[in-house]
Amino acid sequence: MTPMIRAEGVAKRYTLGARQGAYSYLTLRDSIAAAVRSPLRRLRQLSGRDDGAPFLWALDGVSFEVRQGETLGIIGRNGAGKSTLLKILSRITDPSRGRVELYGRVGSLLEVGTGFHPELTGRENIFLNGAILGMKRAEIRSKFDAIVEFAEIGPFLDTAVKHYSSGMFVRLAFAVAAHMDPDILLVDEVLAVGDAAFQKRCLGKMDDVARQGRTVLFVSHHMPSVTRLCRRGILLEKGRIKMDGGAAEVTGDYLKSDLGTSAERVWAEPSGAPGDAVARLHAVRALSGGRVSESFDIREPVVVEMDYWNLKPGAVLVSAFSFLNDQGVHLFVSSDWFGGKRNDVPKAKGLYRARCVVPGNLFAEGQVRVVAEVSTGDPVYQIHFLEYDSVAFQVVDSGEPGSVRSGWGRPIPGVVRPTLEWTTVRLDAGEAA
Amino acid sequence: MSLARSPASLQGAAANVSPPPTSAGRRAPLTVIEPGGWRGLGVAELWSYRELLYFLVWRDVKVRYKQTVLGVAWAVIQPLFTMIIFTLVFGAIGGLDRRVQAPYPVFAYAGILLWTFFSGAVTQSAQSLIASSHLISKVYFPRLIIPIAAVGSELVDLGISCVMMLGLILGHGLPLTPRALLLPLFIAASLVAALGVGTLLSALTVAYRDFRYVTGFLIQTWMFVSPVAYPLEVVPERWRLLYAVNPMVGPIGGCRSALLGLPFAWGPMAVSAASSIALLVLGIAYFRRVERRFADIV
Repeated sequence: MTPMIRAEGVAKRYTLGARQGAYSYLTLRDSIAAAVRSPLRRLRQLSGRDDGAPFLWALDGVSFEVRQGETLGIIGRNGAGKSTLLKILSRITDPSRGRVELYGRVGSLLEVGTGFHPELTGRENIFLNGAILGMKRAEIRSKFDAIVEFAEIGPFLDTAVKHYSSGMFVRLAFAVAAHMDPDILLVDEVLAVGDAAFQKRCLGKMDDVARQGRTVLFVSHHMPSVTRLCRRGILLEKGRIKMDGGAAEVTGDYLKSDLGTSAERVWAEPSGAPGDAVARLHAVRALSGGRVSESFDIREPVVVEMDYWNLKPGAVLVSAFSFLNDQGVHLFVSSDWFGGKRNDVPKAKGLYRARCVVPGNLFAEGQVRVVAEVSTGDPVYQIHFLEYDSVAFQVVDSGEPGSVRSGWGRPIPGVVRPTLEWTTVRLDAGEAA
Repeated sequence: MSLARSPASLQGAAANVSPPPTSAGRRAPLTVIEPGGWRGLGVAELWSYRELLYFLVWRDVKVRYKQTVLGVAWAVIQPLFTMIIFTLVFGAIGGLDRRVQAPYPVFAYAGILLWTFFSGAVTQSAQSLIASSHLISKVYFPRLIIPIAAVGSELVDLGISCVMMLGLILGHGLPLTPRALLLPLFIAASLVAALGVGTLLSALTVAYRDFRYVTGFLIQTWMFVSPVAYPLEVVPERWRLLYAVNPMVGPIGGCRSALLGLPFAWGPMAVSAASSIALLVLGIAYFRRVERRFADIV
């Protein structure tokens, strides 16, 4: 069978320093100053031969082929090059070297709701978003009813999207994307964000796409969805392919290998830190008694905190932590909006610290991986950063008094291990006496 | 990134493989992604995305008038107030009303007509890529669509202004000569100029954010070196051809002559046309050269 995707020696070089992320643009002054300082180097830069700055190979010679009907999961740590690869395949950014051939219509879903305009109605946004995703007007019209039905927004079709709940918004956005009918579908893990029902639906739809003999390429951190959806997996490490094989085998290897995630991670500067023009992550850490700790006694509370820059004056930001175990199972998510707290005070520009205390005797034994997120919840749910494996720590149940294991030597299953109130009373005491 | 969308059969023969049929039984088009330098205009690809262009223009127009209280009235109010101010400042105080061959308000409006379009189109398209950064970083389409759509949405306002123009001419009891039929030609000329300057500024603004401030200042200055408030004849004859290197000199002068039945200044019009085309070529060439970096730096 001939391949649908053929990548040969794909490499992407990013210049470090000023040219990255939201701070990437130069001011004219910088350029003029650089030109004056070293006119020769400037000339070489303009001709594209020398950037004269430290650089990073985000992808470094990646080659693979994907056949028709194949479902390929791309996994790897942050910075391994997954997103860069997806961006190159989606033609959003070009490779520095190498060549990719794609056969057929390519649908890329790096985000749901790209180009949705809050002022326009649901109906108008279906057409606008469809056109942005590369659908023809006639095609959108013929699928219109199916999209509306899938999104379950019937009565609100002619309401401006800014009045939608975030659930409705995501359903509609996904419904449009799901009806793209591409030959090759490129999907980013952001789709796996959302409530469980929505996730299930996304995965179900992608399953359908794959079953129809189309080619699916799925980038994810979520190992259970990779193993469920994909038959083949590629593990990227530092921009190179480390492993290419069966999905179960590759994800297993990835999980077994020490991820090397520590209990503290710091991004010194906003440039290059996860985030966008609104918020950028500065640091995440897990603390025991005020100190960064890799290991926690199961009985003690775990303090997780993140420092982030708010770059937009007056932004109303929601902070959230998700906790995953070493199998990638999402244990729970907590945010400063939950429990009716709605921390909706607009924040001035500056550096903030959000702190969350997870009580002792809640996590099970083993590794816990932390996902740090800052988003805007209203009117449209928008993620500013969602950093998987930001930090990780070990929970140890020593079996000392006060812990669940105390006095129990056999395995305890389950993804959480709370100590709960137990009472046992005899009900037939009266009769017996 | 150089893109070749060619019939699969040709590409297949060259690569010695036959592309797989797609699920719908169509022949799969081949997309090749490679790093690359100079590229062509990509007209075929732009054409295949024409519906997106339509929807982006439609979105801009719709959103612009949905968010404002007065809605479409803005397209009328803006040039009308400019006309009133010009009539007071340049006409009455500056004494230009005695130097033009038509009632000064009509004369001024005939200049404001294309100028408002040009300044709006350039301002909008210069900011357009930054404003669409969320699209550029998440989905592929020919990037030129964005500044073109920004220019296109200003055409709607121009249409409304043209109706106003007609009202002003008839209201003053001025005759419409067959020359007025040439108006679309001058609109097209200013469209070429706006596209050239707009694409150039939009690409420059992504790379150098200073251009956000440059654009406002540029447009402000540009108006005074264009025959908006004053007639072309104010400029000494020997300087007129040099003056017409400003690509808006020809269209504004021509539009005014066409509407008010005045003689055409062919020399300056030809120079302006050449200048617009040169700007368009420069704008698109620069845009195409740097567009593959947009997603990395926007």
